[in-house]
Amino acid sequence: MRHSTFGRGLALSLVALVLVAGCAQSSGSTAKPAESEGAGATAEASAGAGGGAEAATCQGSGDKGTVQLMINQWVGAEANVAVAACLLKQMGYDVKTNTLAEEVAWQGFSTGEVDVILENWGHPDLEQKYITDEKLAVDAGPMGVTGIIGWYVPGWMVEKYPDITDWNNLNKYADLFKTSESGDKGQFLGADPTFVQYDEALIANLGLDYKVVFSGSEAASITAFQQAEKNQTPLIGYFYDPQWLQNEIKLVQVKLPAWTEGCDADLKKVACDYPPYVLNKIVRAAWMDQGGDAVDFIKKFSWANSDQNEVADYITNGNMTAEEAAKKWIDAHPDTWKAWMPQG
Amino acid sequence: MTVAGGPVVPAAATSDGAATGGAAGASAAVTAAAVASAAGSPAIAVRDLWKIFGPAENKIIGTPDAELSASDVRLKTGSTVAVRAATFDVQPGEVFVVMGLSGSGKSTLVRCLTRLIEPTQGQVLLDGEDILKADAKRLRELRRRRFAMVFQHFGLLPHRRVIDNVAFGLEIRGEGKAERHRRAIEMLDLVGLDSHAWDYPDQLSGGMQQRVGLARALAVDPEVMLFDEPFSALDPLIRRDMQNEVLRLHHEVGKTMVFITHDLAEALKLGDHVAIMRAGSIVQIGRPEEIVGSPADDYVRDFVQDVPRSHVLTLRWVMREPRDDDPVDGPELPPDTVIRAAVHVASATESPIRVVEDGRLVGVVDRVQILAAIAGTEPDA
Amino acid sequence: MTTVRARLSVPSSAATSRRALIVGGAVVAAVLFIVFRGQWTLPHDDDYGLFRTLNGIRDAVESNRSVLEPIRAGVAGLVGIFDQVLASLGWPGVIGAAAAIGLIFGGWRVALLAAVGFGILGSLGLWESSMAVLSMMLAAVLIALGIGLPLGIAAGRSQRLASALSPVLDFMQIMPTLAYLTPITLLFLIGVAPSVIATLIFAVPAAIRITALGIRGVPATIIEAARSLGATERQVLVKVLLPLSRRPVGLAINQTIMLALSMVVITSLIGAPGLGRNLQNALSKVDVGASFDAGLAIVILAIILDRLTYAAGEWADPRERAARSGPRWVTIGVALALVGIGLAIPLVADATTFPDTFAASFREPVNVAVEWFTDTFHAVTIGLKDVVTNLVLNPLESVLVTAPWWLVVAALTTVAWYVSGGRAAIIVSFCFAFIIGLGLWEHSMVTLANVVIGTLITLGIGLIVGILSARHDRFRAFLRPILDAAQTLPAFVYLIPALALFNPTRFTAIVAAVIYALPPVIRLVDVGIRGVSGTVIEAATASGATGRQVLWKVQLPMSRHALLLAANQGIVMVLSMVVIGALVGAGALGYDVITGFAQGKDFGKGLAAGIAIVLLGILLDRITQAAGARRQAGMETAG
Ligand SMILES: Nc1ncnc2c1ncn2[C@@H]1O[C@H](COP(=O)(O)OP(=O)(O)OP(=O)(O)O)[C@@H](O)[C@H]1O
Ligand SMILES: [Mg+2]
Repeated sequence: MRHSTFGRGLALSLVALVLVAGCAQSSGSTAKPAESEGAGATAEASAGAGGGAEAATCQGSGDKGTVQLMINQWVGAEANVAVAACLLKQMGYDVKTNTLAEEVAWQGFSTGEVDVILENWGHPDLEQKYITDEKLAVDAGPMGVTGIIGWYVPGWMVEKYPDITDWNNLNKYADLFKTSESGDKGQFLGADPTFVQYDEALIANLGLDYKVVFSGSEAASITAFQQAEKNQTPLIGYFYDPQWLQNEIKLVQVKLPAWTEGCDADLKKVACDYPPYVLNKIVRAAWMDQGGDAVDFIKKFSWANSDQNEVADYITNGNMTAEEAAKKWIDAHPDTWKAWMPQG
Repeated sequence: MTVAGGPVVPAAATSDGAATGGAAGASAAVTAAAVASAAGSPAIAVRDLWKIFGPAENKIIGTPDAELSASDVRLKTGSTVAVRAATFDVQPGEVFVVMGLSGSGKSTLVRCLTRLIEPTQGQVLLDGEDILKADAKRLRELRRRRFAMVFQHFGLLPHRRVIDNVAFGLEIRGEGKAERHRRAIEMLDLVGLDSHAWDYPDQLSGGMQQRVGLARALAVDPEVMLFDEPFSALDPLIRRDMQNEVLRLHHEVGKTMVFITHDLAEALKLGDHVAIMRAGSIVQIGRPEEIVGSPADDYVRDFVQDVPRSHVLTLRWVMREPRDDDPVDGPELPPDTVIRAAVHVASATESPIRVVEDGRLVGVVDRVQILAAIAGTEPDA
Repeated sequence: MTTVRARLSVPSSAATSRRALIVGGAVVAAVLFIVFRGQWTLPHDDDYGLFRTLNGIRDAVESNRSVLEPIRAGVAGLVGIFDQVLASLGWPGVIGAAAAIGLIFGGWRVALLAAVGFGILGSLGLWESSMAVLSMMLAAVLIALGIGLPLGIAAGRSQRLASALSPVLDFMQIMPTLAYLTPITLLFLIGVAPSVIATLIFAVPAAIRITALGIRGVPATIIEAARSLGATERQVLVKVLLPLSRRPVGLAINQTIMLALSMVVITSLIGAPGLGRNLQNALSKVDVGASFDAGLAIVILAIILDRLTYAAGEWADPRERAARSGPRWVTIGVALALVGIGLAIPLVADATTFPDTFAASFREPVNVAVEWFTDTFHAVTIGLKDVVTNLVLNPLESVLVTAPWWLVVAALTTVAWYVSGGRAAIIVSFCFAFIIGLGLWEHSMVTLANVVIGTLITLGIGLIVGILSARHDRFRAFLRPILDAAQTLPAFVYLIPALALFNPTRFTAIVAAVIYALPPVIRLVDVGIRGVSGTVIEAATASGATGRQVLWKVQLPMSRHALLLAANQGIVMVLSMVVIGALVGAGALGYDVITGFAQGKDFGKGLAAGIAIVLLGILLDRITQAAGARRQAGMETAG
């Protein structure tokens, strides 16, 4: 299978390609500093308004110890961490980040590889295990963002079929959603398997003529919604907010029977919408006990859906690195983050 | 003397051992000594040696199955009798040739001598010591100092230069580099390859490679050299060269040699004694002219029928009893003169040749008998 | 003449009766299917008892996990050492050292390749990620070789050990990579150490197999010659076996490195840092361009490591070394100078991060190109997807799922028996029994349908491209770098474009699997057809056959063994993409595996699904492998 002169040709053509790309890029990279200067300018302006604060550097002495922040696999979480990391660094901490699946991240509390989960989407089983039983982790309060999970359709469909946003009408449109995957039923695009979900039970209990087809990953769901909006093809599926895609295309939530306390107690009989998630922060108990500025900072960290979406949008569609996006937000919203900083 | 039937010797041994008396341990040594003396001190004595390959290796000897033919055994038990009750002696300094068709068990036999293949049963006595009883360490010692083997496909190490291949046996037994290179050069000189010492084996022709194999075997200065069809991978001209080389070396170094071949001409040319194998059994042992002159069975007869008899047979085989009316002016020749050598003598005279041994007339050979021998027909026919 | 005809007539009459048997069997099966359709099915149940039992096992393991802590710490420590070495070298030091190694082993070309290659990693902005991958990979390879070489040598010398190891290695190689991340995280949690362990598990079978093959390949005469001179077993090993299997051992090391590299990237799912994480981040932003950069970095790393190990293998041959021109001390001097320069740069300039000056990225152009491509061909590809799904995939899946389970088992066992004999039939029925026992019948049938279609498409394309490649040297030369890249490029890179073209569907997963499985199939077909001896082709041409006739009547039939091997490889590789396929909509077993990995309550189901995938693999492998062997034997006796 392997050839002794593996890829010699490939190597040479790659070198050539990269040289070309390098040249092309160097013309582009001259544009880059200008762009960040622009950001700097706005920063100065806002700093002026905020009263003498300097533009964010995301750098510091790094000698106050290390904080290990966990990044969920979605961009919103990256935004949380980018802003928190930048500020923690400026406070003199060294920051290590780790991108992990949710369930896996909780394991990090027992290995000591994760200190902080900034955005937890209610995992009662994990909370039971790690917080109540093993006392490895502690709830550090809400992080300000409310998570909404629900059924969404692309905006163009609402314009064309205005009553589609009521679940009672979904059976009327089932034919529209038929695909090669769903046979004679309408296709409902299920989510990334790592997310909280019970759509199959919902569909059965609401008597809907749909079949759940699992996208398998967030990327697959996003691509599907992007294509559905771009090509005006029908699509209904599991989605959520905050999510950067919500800023890029218009997604409309379908109204399901409203959530009431306890209506989702038995997941086999559930027939109501997903609850609103008050997203909270979970920290490692031992790290919390250490105390210090970083712990105070994490406890106070709280911002709004719009803040997170702004940073996430910079990262995804603004062609910025997470750190650049964080700097931009920090420079523009000093009032928000100053409240998190240690007093004095 | 070559022994055709084994049982005689152990009998002699037991009687001798009993006469000496003594502990069990001592009696083994005595037995060995007795065997050696009884057989005229052979270099190697093989007694009732068996090798069976396969699942039934230890379930055949001593049962009626052992009497079945090799192919029946295979059908019945799925096992192969590769060597069956082999018994023979190799005298010091002689070339003992084992020959037979492909698959007759020659290679297995020769490997059993140094236990490269573990025999199923039997005795192999080297100067009276039973090799089959040697422990691993002793066996290694024997292989390192007293035996050396030359292989059909040379078995040279392709990643080593010729000189290091020749010195390999010395390296194995832990000799220093200078000493083993000195000796290797000496050996290469002996086989005429001294100019190739720093080449790699694949830069040499097949014949040259086998000379390296020969030199490697000679380098350890063994008592016994074993050859397993060393020349059958070579083309005929080279082969004749190499045969002469072996004869020359045999003259110069005088080693005992056991030589495997499936080529009768080679066997007759090199062998002091020749053993013929068929399907694991030795069917005949004798001097070359005995094999040709009186084949033991049809199998051997088939083998030797195309041999130019005049090249092998001596006058002893064709002479007739002297008669009173024989002319007495014929030329005199000894009985072990090869017939071919007698032809020009016979053609120079009208009178029959007088075969004289120790000054005594033992027989007479006339042209009729010589011509018949050359034509390959029985002289009396 | 008559004897020939007589001999031919025997098999042909046997063939007709066989044909009758097949037709009869198929008719019976069809009738049974129609009558019993929808009955005796085994619908999927997420609450199957076994899954909960497995969950219990998980809890038991979790409470005793501390036993494994030393292993975890040891492996992490080893990675830490490599991390530190690479970090203390800095980027100039690493580039200098790579160039020096390349120079010593392979000459200035390899040195240049290594230096430029590492330079590109830096200019792509992926220096740190690449170094993280490198140190984990080095640790995994070190351990894998520490285990694999001795085991391989032992297996090469002992037939018994070899046959004992063989099924274990089969299992390890058929098990899809993502499937054993679940048990690994259970035992070793997350982070660098479990990633390295998963990587070495993935890479070690190749190390063992190739080494054993090499040792076994040492000519028996040479070993015998050494024994006859009184060599001890140790001497035989050190002076004969090892030097003579230098090439295969070199290949084993090389392959271990390549496999480790591809696995390290995947382990980012369990918390490994490095290029895999870049890929994952890009994926969650649906940023094909960014994932292309990361994928490219992996390809470049693979090329560098491949060239370096290949050169080192050549260099290890003393004859090769002796043949090199130029005095040795000059090479060593230059090499030392290179390292020296590399180490000196940090003294005069800041070398902690790779300078931006050389920054390059394919992100923008790739994104533009992919968007144009998907927009342009979207309609066509969706149509293609619908046709294949509705005409082939859905009918096959529906037959497998709605037929009574015993009919499927009986039919496939009969096929196995017919094609490969009794032994294969027994193994196949055992596999089915286990799958039923695992409670994953329905999902297994869905996955089976996917794998069968994926394999058929792979073989169809592989055959055509392979034939073209075998017949046209130019085409082959053009194809080779593409195949090399396709084999090293992580599947994550082409998942997004595939999604945009085909939506999240089973067909998308099939496409991803086809891309992954094609290169080896094309190569095997190419090698097989090229392997047909020239004299036979000459004889056919001499008797007036056209090029097409030569292909159909000579080359294809005579390379049948290679083609069957290609089919076998194709199946195994398509199967190994089942889990990745679930990321783009394949559902079924692959989805179960991912769920089990992500959601604690589904752990048992995930583990069972992983095993079911292996069982499917063994089942398909046995059928085709035995078919290959049997036909081969038939050809030999006929010839
Ligand atoms: N390792 C083995 N296992 C099983 N059978 C063996 C083995 N070695 C040899 N045999 C069998 O023993 C018999 C004798 O083989 P051997 O190699 O001794 O014959 P040979 O006379 O040397 O033949 P050749 O002239 O072809 O070298 C053959 O039937 C062979 O198949
Ligand atoms: Mg032989």
